[in-house]
Amino acid sequence: MSKLALLLLTATLLHAQQPKTYGFGKPATADQIAAANITVFPDGTGLPAGSGNAAKGAKIFEVRCVLCHGNKGAGKEGRYPALVGGQGSLGTGKPKKTVGSYWPYATTVWDFIHRAMPFNQPGSLPPNDVYSLTAYILFLNGIIPENAELNAQSLPQVKMPNRDGFVRAKH
Amino acid sequence: MRKPDRRRFLTTTAAIAGLTSCSSKDQPPAAQASLGAHMRPYGEPSPYEQQPVRVIRELTASKGTGSSRTPLQDLYGTITPSPLHYERHHAGVPSIDPAQHQLLIHGMVDKPLTFTPAEIHRFPSFSRIYFLECGGNMVGDLAGNPPPTVQASHGLVSGTEWTGVPLATILREAGLQPEAKWIIAEGADHSRMARSIPIEKCLDDTLIAYGQNGEALRPEQGYPLRLLVPGWEGNVSVKWLRRLFVTDKPAMSVKETAYYSELRPDGKAEQFSFVMEARSVITKPSGGQSLQGPGFYEITGLSWTGTGKIAKVEVSTDGGKSWAEAKLQQPVLDKALVRFLYPWQWDGKDAVLQSRCTDETGYTQPTRDQLIATRGPHSGYHYNAIKSWYVRADGSVKHV
Ligand code: HEC
Repeated sequence: MSKLALLLLTATLLHAQQPKTYGFGKPATADQIAAANITVFPDGTGLPAGSGNAAKGAKIFEVRCVLCHGNKGAGKEGRYPALVGGQGSLGTGKPKKTVGSYWPYATTVWDFIHRAMPFNQPGSLPPNDVYSLTAYILFLNGIIPENAELNAQSLPQVKMPNRDGFVRAKH
Repeated sequence: MRKPDRRRFLTTTAAIAGLTSCSSKDQPPAAQASLGAHMRPYGEPSPYEQQPVRVIRELTASKGTGSSRTPLQDLYGTITPSPLHYERHHAGVPSIDPAQHQLLIHGMVDKPLTFTPAEIHRFPSFSRIYFLECGGNMVGDLAGNPPPTVQASHGLVSGTEWTGVPLATILREAGLQPEAKWIIAEGADHSRMARSIPIEKCLDDTLIAYGQNGEALRPEQGYPLRLLVPGWEGNVSVKWLRRLFVTDKPAMSVKETAYYSELRPDGKAEQFSFVMEARSVITKPSGGQSLQGPGFYEITGLSWTGTGKIAKVEVSTDGGKSWAEAKLQQPVLDKALVRFLYPWQWDGKDAVLQSRCTDETGYTQPTRDQLIATRGPHSGYHYNAIKSWYVRADGSVKHV
């Protein structure tokens, strides 16, 4: 047998032993996926039903957030991030990145609070509370008026100050 | 902090002293008078070695949001012992029982599936040595505030033989649909940290890893399953992997917008700058160590690049006026730490030591001035400039 033929035969045999799929794993049910899928996209995909506003958010903030993030989200220098401030600072010698000055999408604020805050009890806030807290933080940053009602339709419409501040890296 | 390298530089002197005292008693050196210790199931370092340790730094007042750094100055070769692998967490280290853990893959796939870690182990396995580095490594040097040791400045990088399953294998199992452009990987940590990764990289060399240097992953490295995205900023190698969401768009998660984006001087930020470009650093002699008088020293350090292989490392002992090529320890591997070695006769005068690498694409590590001229001082991530160590006539080594 020629070397090439032998090679081809070996390759075929190896191929035969390596199926395209292995049949491992179990089908995921729609319920399993719905329970695990917490991703919220900039276009609003993934946002649940519910609504909230800054006035309600201020009250929840006092109970669940103020201890770490300080009065009106001012933060604690070197200890906890500020949730306000820095608008107009990005192109200066002292850029201050906050939700208000830097984050390009309001949906990311919702997604992050929902998945990761409060730091000691993430995942414990019902959707209405997350809408209200998001509204409060956006209101503190002067991005939405105090009486704006946020829900799955209105949240993706909020234009963040730094919405156009990002470019795709070349490397 | 202790000074282990002072000890290492002293070994030669100690050995000579030991020989003299032994020969005076007319005994062969190092002979053991009594029977050695019994064997033990899990080995430990010699009690005569001062155990190198990670240095931990919390970034907020809540524990679990910081990093720990690899003691690069204390290690040989290119593999980081698993207990010394650097860490960067956003909500602590979860303790996961693999019997309770599942990985879900859903979205643009024909068959959404769940896998237990045991099921992942059944797929054909794949092992390879890669570096892993935090996108924020060396940020102190960028900020013009270089820390005193190489551990503190460059210690958010480690080298490991990872074992796992190519992500492509799992995607084939689930039946990837043609519209798929991104995969959002999510961890089971308290903050359910998530990153979006372009599908090309997922199908190229990305692994679902469960092995670290021949053992199961350490909890700090994502036990029981983690993503391992070779050559890219460490944050995308999501630990404690629980979910892969196949989509046609990125999630714009907090860690790919507010963080791990590079602010330019014009106020715009570059996003999805994944690749860790070529870099190198001298680990010995380095800050905090001291030389014991003029004579021969081996200058050694590490170089690596997310673009592929390191082609060359040069060393300067005069602050960058002249350069000479260092020896690269073979084999030089793709997207892995490379050890470089350079023999040096120290004349006992002030000296500034630097290393500079070039990757196989011809890209050369920039100076700090060059880097800041193009990216500005607030880019925050992916800093890779040449590092200097200042050796003083008294033998002490300081950062510059
Ligand atoms: C126990 C302290 C603690 C509490 C309580 C807390 N947070 Fe946080 N928060 C943190 C820490 C720590 C971070 C930084 C997390 C990281 O490094 O990834 C953070 C980050 C944030 C951020 C991102 C800020 C930035 O610019 O990075 C937002 C938004 C936020 N928290 C909102 C909230 C809200 C809303 C609440 C109340 C529901 C809350 N937090 C309660 C500790 C806390």
